[in-house]
Amino acid sequence: MNKKDVLLNGLLKENPTFVLFLGMCPTLAVTTSVVNAIGMGLSTMVVLVFSNLFISLLRKFIPEKVRIAAYIVVIASFVTLVEMLLKAFLPSLYSALGIYIALIVVNCIILGRAEAFASKNNAIDSMLDGVGMGLGFTAALTIIGAVRELLGAGTLFGFHILTTHFQPITIFVLAPGAFLTLGLLAMVKNIIEMKKKGGEENAVD
Amino acid sequence: MLLTRLLMISLGAIFAENFVLVKFLGICPFLGVSKKTETAFGMGFAVVFVMVCASALTWLVNQLLVLCNIEYLQTIAFILVIAVLVQFVEMFLRKNIPPLYNSLGIYLPLITTNCAVLGVAILNITKFADSTTSFLDSVVYGGAAGLGFTLAIILFAGVRERLENADIPEFLKGMPIVLITASLLSIAFMGFSGMSF
Repeated sequence: MNKKDVLLNGLLKENPTFVLFLGMCPTLAVTTSVVNAIGMGLSTMVVLVFSNLFISLLRKFIPEKVRIAAYIVVIASFVTLVEMLLKAFLPSLYSALGIYIALIVVNCIILGRAEAFASKNNAIDSMLDGVGMGLGFTAALTIIGAVRELLGAGTLFGFHILTTHFQPITIFVLAPGAFLTLGLLAMVKNIIEMKKKGGEENAVD
Repeated sequence: MLLTRLLMISLGAIFAENFVLVKFLGICPFLGVSKKTETAFGMGFAVVFVMVCASALTWLVNQLLVLCNIEYLQTIAFILVIAVLVQFVEMFLRKNIPPLYNSLGIYLPLITTNCAVLGVAILNITKFADSTTSFLDSVVYGGAAGLGFTLAIILFAGVRERLENADIPEFLKGMPIVLITASLLSIAFMGFSGMSF
């Protein structure tokens, strides 16, 4: 696999959110606004890139039997670092994301990529995979956050976009709205795929 | 007085602040293991057990961390405690209840990365920081949060079993209909949010 494929894999073909449905907790919990969504996505990406890099570098030294525990320690260390940095430099984002920053540790995407990719590939590819997956995750979160913020509060990045005639549909920023938005976006993805497939079949005919 | 307090904590954690449907913790097993009611039961009670033990253990670990003035290691320490605990539960089930072990399959080791367990451990520390009975509070909160998870996953599995035979439009099949169902269930649980426990 060349470098470009590794990078694009996470963005489109194996998008962690819309294709693999991994890391659902932060996806649903922090996407009440675009800013929170991007903050969460980028924090996860930083952890993902560095944990992939270190696990890839250490892959010859970590014994097979205790590898999961070793991965978790590596991941937890980087999460602690990110948590401390956010607390020091972006306190408002830190308090908005709350407990979900510490919970990056148990984001299945990170452990999944460590096991599926970083433990088998060299350091540079692993980092690229981390960047691709991280961007795919951030992009997905941003889309969900944008839909929810726009419909639920009538704003984007905190600015009023829709006119005052628009009555915000508050449920979109509440818990049920998270499930609903992701469900509807997954439906849109299904429709696009069906159209594509239909197009191909027609082309064959 | 203590009893009322504990009852309030439990009711709050099960209904008003349901871990899955309101706090979004433990979504992966909620979506992954909810195809059949029996496996949902198994998963639910495994989580209750792990959560109670994890609450007790992480409380002790936290005392130790505070004593040594190294609270910033909280995340690492907690996740390791939980990983070890899950390993024990897995060994116990494999030896003593093999049918349950087989039906839970790969999801048992996944309790380690069930964010609800780490979530409850971290929430305990912040939530009950000023309480004099913080140990008891934590354990009760852990158990109730687990029960809330179990309740949600069993209800959801019941709905999903019905969905199997339903005539669903092609474009809603798979994840979309599952998520929309979860959304409706979450709306139902919002009804509890007006109550203040």
